[in-house]
Amino acid sequence: MSLTHAKKGECFTLEYIESGNRAKRKLQDMGLTPGVKICVVSNSSFGPIILELRGSRIALGRGLVDKIAVRRIDE
Amino acid sequence: MNMDIFKIALAGNPNSGKTTLFNALTGSNHYVGNWAGVTVEKKEGRIQFAEHIMDIVDLPGIYSLSPYTLEEKISRDFILRENPDVVLNIVDATSLERSLYLTLQLIELGKPVIVALNMMDEAKKKNIELDLQNLSIALGVPVVPIVALKKEGIEKLMQEIIDAHHNKASYRPVKFNYGDEVENFVKEVELKLPKNLKEQYESRWIALKLYERDREIQNLVSPFEMESDLESPDRMANLRYKAIGDIVNGVAALEHIKYDISTDRIDKIILNPWIGLPIFGIVMWVVFFLTFSVGGYFADKVDTFFSVYLSNGISAILTFLQASDWMISLVVDGIIGGVGGVLTFVPNIAIIFIMISLLEDTGYMARAAYLMDDIMSKVGLNGKAFISMILGFGCNVPAIMATRTIENENDRMIAILINPFMSCGARFPIYVLFSSVFFPGNETAVTFSLYILGIAMAMLFAYIFRKTLFKGEKSPFIMELPPYRFPKTSDLLIHIWEKVKGYLIKAGTVIFAASVVIWVVLNFNTTGLVDITESFGATIGRFIAPIFKPLGFGTWQSALSLISGIVAKEIVVANTSIIYGLAENAGNAEVMAVLSQAFSKVSAYAFMVFVLLYTPCVGVIGVIKRETNSWKWTGFSVLYQFLVAWIMAFLFYNVGQLIF
Ligand SMILES: Nc1nc2c(ncn2[C@@H]2O[C@H](COP(=O)(O)OP(=O)(O)OP(=O)(O)O)[C@@H](O)[C@H]2O)c(=O)[nH]1
Repeated sequence: MSLTHAKKGECFTLEYIESGNRAKRKLQDMGLTPGVKICVVSNSSFGPIILELRGSRIALGRGLVDKIAVRRIDE
Repeated sequence: MNMDIFKIALAGNPNSGKTTLFNALTGSNHYVGNWAGVTVEKKEGRIQFAEHIMDIVDLPGIYSLSPYTLEEKISRDFILRENPDVVLNIVDATSLERSLYLTLQLIELGKPVIVALNMMDEAKKKNIELDLQNLSIALGVPVVPIVALKKEGIEKLMQEIIDAHHNKASYRPVKFNYGDEVENFVKEVELKLPKNLKEQYESRWIALKLYERDREIQNLVSPFEMESDLESPDRMANLRYKAIGDIVNGVAALEHIKYDISTDRIDKIILNPWIGLPIFGIVMWVVFFLTFSVGGYFADKVDTFFSVYLSNGISAILTFLQASDWMISLVVDGIIGGVGGVLTFVPNIAIIFIMISLLEDTGYMARAAYLMDDIMSKVGLNGKAFISMILGFGCNVPAIMATRTIENENDRMIAILINPFMSCGARFPIYVLFSSVFFPGNETAVTFSLYILGIAMAMLFAYIFRKTLFKGEKSPFIMELPPYRFPKTSDLLIHIWEKVKGYLIKAGTVIFAASVVIWVVLNFNTTGLVDITESFGATIGRFIAPIFKPLGFGTWQSALSLISGIVAKEIVVANTSIIYGLAENAGNAEVMAVLSQAFSKVSAYAFMVFVLLYTPCVGVIGVIKRETNSWKWTGFSVLYQFLVAWIMAFLFYNVGQLIF
């Protein structure tokens, strides 16, 4: 699934990023590599999504959100 | 004593406290220059410690050394080509995992590395316990805990730097294990690598870069034909983070590393769509309010100093020395009038810079970008471009440089071309002068309206450019939201001083020279000393003036001011002061009398609109040339802004006349 409908507070494991080279590289450099645990801090229809991973917070534009494939972590 | 001089490169993630550490190490003993060939600020400082002299260079804040952004490329080239003796890597202890990604790459470059583990105070507060000894063993380099903000650990850091420098010859970087596939590849490459490259570079690093299919390194070792593999950069990033995971597991309990709680609380409000934008509006309003009111208060004092005490004092002295009238006029009307007219606004400029750097250093700027992303998307840019726009309120030169962080070339071109519409500090004096004469009591509202108009025009043209010249998708918004932090006053002051110094230097050089030239132009013609109305200046002004006639300010005085303002926008005020002799007579009534003869309320506003929008100053034109690397776009920028300014001023003047 993609992050599009992810809700605030939910956590996921990253599977892959399907996106152009530059954006993907940048995301990787910031820690979005396969297997990393990502938690959604906020995801409203307004503005970018906010993710928490590896101890930092990253805001990603709407355009990227559906390009990030994740798997829900069942607790 | 024999001095031992060596070079240190300071590298780290954005917001890791690099600037704070740099200031802690060098005090105010540093200067700001530019990187060769590119206009990215380069800070260098000198530290003296016992018999050692260390020259330290602050590299741009980066997440990685893969040369995808210019900043990364600059940092990497510096370490490879300039051969620093020691690389000082500052790491934010509260986001260890992410930060080590850069650390690993720095270590692999092969130069001795020292890790300065910063923000230890915050780490302690968050109960992040780190086994520094283990970390140091895993990385194979010294790890020094510091609190840059409180200058804790600095001495120890210096000692380690010196030791590393002395033991340089025996230093061997640790090999991080990336698994069999990579290791076999590395072995293979190391065998085949030509000798000269082996001597020049760390061969393991070359091999890893080849594995990553780094184009630059592939060209460097051209004999190595290898099949392209689009996945390998991904695999490498993945393997690096795996290696980091292993290291961090041995050093800290990862589960404890949580995001800052107080930041989380503040962000619940600040980033809430309904509350966040109004708060942002208030923040910007406060920024301008303080700039106008507090800045204005001090500006008044400076003005009195120049226009009353200094002018009167100097003319008294010159009269006493029996200087000729023209000499007194040159010094008092020309130099003090022109330069003083500009220096008066130092307090306002200082405050706007203080406010901007507060926004940056506290971490609010990233939130502003977040909040503006939706709105910016409507005009085809992403929220990041808004940061360069806000910086433009200070000065468009660094603002245009800041577009560097925008990844996509088309986006960056648009951001550069619209930036000059953001009203810089140098245009501010003009609004103050005119609005205090023509709109007394409403100065702030009038000035604010011009800033808003500037933003609106920037947005409009971003939209137009996106639809016409730079079609295509905007690049996606990717931005870290750093925890809120509070900068130290002394760091803030150092920062402001750097900016104000630039303004003062400009006043002492360009504005000084321009003031003298303008004075000459205004007092002479081919027959010698003449009345101002018969001077060269008046002739030139009269020649150009018809262009401005339809805008309501077709006098030779404003024409001359505007044209000379292209050298530096402050000159418009300097010029106005000289032309109307505003320097010696601070009396508001008199100023009003002279200016009101030349302008009506409506034409004064149209004049301000024109000043806001027209051709940027040479400094900005220069930076546009360097950043776009194209004369075509530079010329375009000069012309389209002139046209836009003309059309807008025309509209304001003619529509305004119908209404008022
Ligand atoms: N609590 C704490 N805050 C710090 C420390 N060092 C720096 N800061 C704060 O962290 C913020 C960022 O510091 P900077 O020095 O501007 O960081 P930088 O790495 O230069 O950031 P960029 O200019 O964006 O590259 C500032 O508000 C500093 O005051 C520290 O040791 N402890």
